[in-house]
Amino acid sequence: MKHRSSSEQHHGKRPRVPAAAATTSPQDRMEDKPPSNPRELTQNPLKKIWMPCKNGLPEKHISQRKICMTNCPTLIVTVGLPARGKTYISKKLTRYLNWIGVPTREFNVGQYRRECVKIYKSFEFFRPDNEEGLKIRRQCASAALNDVRQYLAEEGGQVAVFDATNTTRERRETIIQFAEQNGFKVFFVESVCEDPDVIQENIVQVKLGSPDYTNCNTEEAVEDFMKRIKCYENSYETLDEVLDRDLSYIKIMDVGQRYLVNRVLDHIQSRIVYYLMNIHITPRSIYLCRHGESELNVNGRIGGDSGLTPRGKEFGKKLSQFILEQGISDLKVWTSQMKRTIQTAEALNVPYEQWKVLNEIDAGVCEEMMYEEIQDHYPLEFALRDQDKYRYRYPKGESYEDLVQRLEPVIMELERQENVLVVCHQAVMRCLLAYFLDKTAEELPYLKCPLHTVLKLTPVAYGCKVESISLNVDAVDTHRERPENVEVSRMSEEALLTVPAHQ
Amino acid sequence: MMLDNDEFMLETSPRELTQNPLRKIWMPCKNGHIAQRRVCMTNCPTLIVTVGLPARGKTYISKKLTRYLNWIGVPTKEFNVGQYRRECLKIYKSFEFFRPDNEEGLKIRRQCALAALNDVRQYLSVEGGQVAVFDATNTTRERRGTIIKFAEQNGFKVFFVESVCEDPDVIAQNIVQVKLDSPDYIHCNTEEVIEDFMKRIKCYESSYQPLDEVLDRDLSYIKIMDVGCRYLVNRVLDHIQSRIVYYLMNIHITPRSIYLCRHGESDLNIKGRIGGDSGLSARGKEFAKSLRKFIQDQNIKDLKVWTSQMKRTIQTAECLGVPYEQWKSLNEIDAGVCEEMMYEEIQEHYPLEFALRDQDKYRYRYPKGESYEDLVQRLEPVIMELERQENILVVCHQAVMRCLLAYFLDKTADELPYLKCPLHTVLKLTPMAYGCKVESVYLGVDSVNTQRDRPERM
Repeated sequence: MKHRSSSEQHHGKRPRVPAAAATTSPQDRMEDKPPSNPRELTQNPLKKIWMPCKNGLPEKHISQRKICMTNCPTLIVTVGLPARGKTYISKKLTRYLNWIGVPTREFNVGQYRRECVKIYKSFEFFRPDNEEGLKIRRQCASAALNDVRQYLAEEGGQVAVFDATNTTRERRETIIQFAEQNGFKVFFVESVCEDPDVIQENIVQVKLGSPDYTNCNTEEAVEDFMKRIKCYENSYETLDEVLDRDLSYIKIMDVGQRYLVNRVLDHIQSRIVYYLMNIHITPRSIYLCRHGESELNVNGRIGGDSGLTPRGKEFGKKLSQFILEQGISDLKVWTSQMKRTIQTAEALNVPYEQWKVLNEIDAGVCEEMMYEEIQDHYPLEFALRDQDKYRYRYPKGESYEDLVQRLEPVIMELERQENVLVVCHQAVMRCLLAYFLDKTAEELPYLKCPLHTVLKLTPVAYGCKVESISLNVDAVDTHRERPENVEVSRMSEEALLTVPAHQ
Repeated sequence: MMLDNDEFMLETSPRELTQNPLRKIWMPCKNGHIAQRRVCMTNCPTLIVTVGLPARGKTYISKKLTRYLNWIGVPTKEFNVGQYRRECLKIYKSFEFFRPDNEEGLKIRRQCALAALNDVRQYLSVEGGQVAVFDATNTTRERRGTIIKFAEQNGFKVFFVESVCEDPDVIAQNIVQVKLDSPDYIHCNTEEVIEDFMKRIKCYESSYQPLDEVLDRDLSYIKIMDVGCRYLVNRVLDHIQSRIVYYLMNIHITPRSIYLCRHGESDLNIKGRIGGDSGLSARGKEFAKSLRKFIQDQNIKDLKVWTSQMKRTIQTAECLGVPYEQWKSLNEIDAGVCEEMMYEEIQEHYPLEFALRDQDKYRYRYPKGESYEDLVQRLEPVIMELERQENILVVCHQAVMRCLLAYFLDKTADELPYLKCPLHTVLKLTPMAYGCKVESVYLGVDSVNTQRDRPERM
């Protein structure tokens, strides 16, 4: 049995690191403690984070940089007439926040209503003089708020998105009181739009397919929905610059042409505003692919900065053809600053931009090693990685979690852009894909992103359509599935069971 | 845009790549200019135009924005029309100059605006500038119309930044902070200044046409109301405008101080080795104790403490006995293959690298490592969050601290890598008027000197 150095000793379960709540001033706390020896530090073996310890075990939890700097959870409340994009915004925002590491969930009141009123008959349900309807809708809103409380106060959620019309000041007041009672911050997101084309398109895109209109044809659905909108119009009280001056909100006008932003209170609200101001609904496609097969790929080695193999170059040519055939207008091409992606883009004969942040995950001391060598030299590291591939940081390297933080500006710019081809790397592509397809941290590191395959992502309705196109050029497989045995005590063979074949 | 240039079509094989030895960027060999990621994604330069009555923070915003854009690598320059007026009209007599019925005054002011616009054109079209900030009241639609035409003729994008504020306290504070010391009021006492300046503001008020939601709906602008309480943003056209809006929405004017310092002396410091992740030396621990005392004596309200994720900064913060946050982006510059080497060893094993570094320390990237330029990009979210925060202590590293300091003190890329950030010294930065006051406090604990100045002979 190989002797393990003390630094490799594994101390029990991976500790969770919740955010520290600052309730007293630093001065007060300083005086409480005697000016004695500072606590010893130990480095968490998975994330390579230094934390204070006693007897080798981690002590009080220090907040490492968590995105959400609020001490209290945030309740985002949508406001707007039907077909103004509230659910689109809610889902997108939820997806983004979860991806950057802020536990977020959306609560769509319409869904609660559908569960309550099994069969939707017509717009009459929404008539302002329909007492029965009003009662049910109020109950549904309350039920949803109750689940919000559960999520934020008990289940560790950080942000809840309360997706409903919330078009009256009275309803919003109810929500504000609810939030105050529970210690949640409130941030309103209102969408105002009078462009009939946009509303029409909206209805076609997402309402026709709604469970409410399963048995209707297009004309019937559109007609009914327009009447539904009318039911809300009379009582609609838009967020007002004067009356609502003490609230925190963003009012989005005409699909992002204009924004009114009032009283942004903290970091997370600032990030939400920035994100909402960068998204758009212009149809476009995002193409993701890896560099062509590289020399190190063929040898089963990770990382490094090698060039393309002949098959990799072949892929470059096929990619160029593919792009031409797609007939894309104004395609932007992005690469990392590693040779293999740039070589691939060079084959396209179009201008491209190099982004350092698109570089492959840094494997630190394991750079250019084969998995077999990692198992040989760093069996503990290899096991830890299999235990939690998302959070695992290579010694002197990065984790997928680090990658996501690094890639956030790429995602922000991708949201601003229209047609883009991103030529990147396996781990990077997994992170980007997870954002577009709303994958969890657990799924992300195992997403399949084979060489010589282009993924075409097209936003559609509330999500993303994905087409996988293999360009028919052979390549090694670089995908390593999670093996069954992830224990530190496992045998080499068990660890290497899932390593793909290589030279 | 797909190139259907004949020359490109003829090339059947992709161009060979070579790696630029300084920046370690892969580029095609035949004098190709590939765009690596430049912050400013606009093809044409941008003209930022301030709008607002006097004492609304236009110059404050102009200078701050210029400083930020230059720091992130976008060549930016501000053009303050008031300055042109002072050069033209050697002596300022009184507010009467600004009276709307003062024909002579109007003529001079118009000439100054044109002179400034001319310099803007020179900067953006000839000198390689990317953004110009045209700082003046620009309170009439007519004046703004002139500027828009000028921009159109020259192929510049226009983005307006209007500051609207009616809070008398804010305006009074503004006057005290920056007008009292203006060259216009050298020979006046405080009361005289305030009285004259208030009359000056009045001269503009009747003709003030704020940006209008309807009339100006086709313009790109941000209207900042009540010092950041509320914003109206219209037609953001591109990446740089989006970044500008984000920045403007994150800055504030609440008084506060930013404390910057390095970790205490580390074991590798003593050995003259760079990088690594070593712990504090005995003297380093001494420093941490002194830092604790210093912070206590400063008696700072709600101090936040940030560290990197490297042991030495965390050990230092641990000594303070208060909660702190670890930021990976505050980690020291990655020296790649040179990690944990002494400068002598680098000279021995990588003499070319060592020489290249001295030739252009800002852009030089260590093999498999980073450059100062990379560091700045990595630290941008830190700066953004520092702008949002109030009292804060950042315990970091030499190269990182140089980058942060360069932002606050408006240092060039050339000066940045040589800024003096010695161990065991705290820099207290307090925003003041248009800049930053800096106090350097040495905490009296000995340490090695890790500063390597620019060598004379290359």
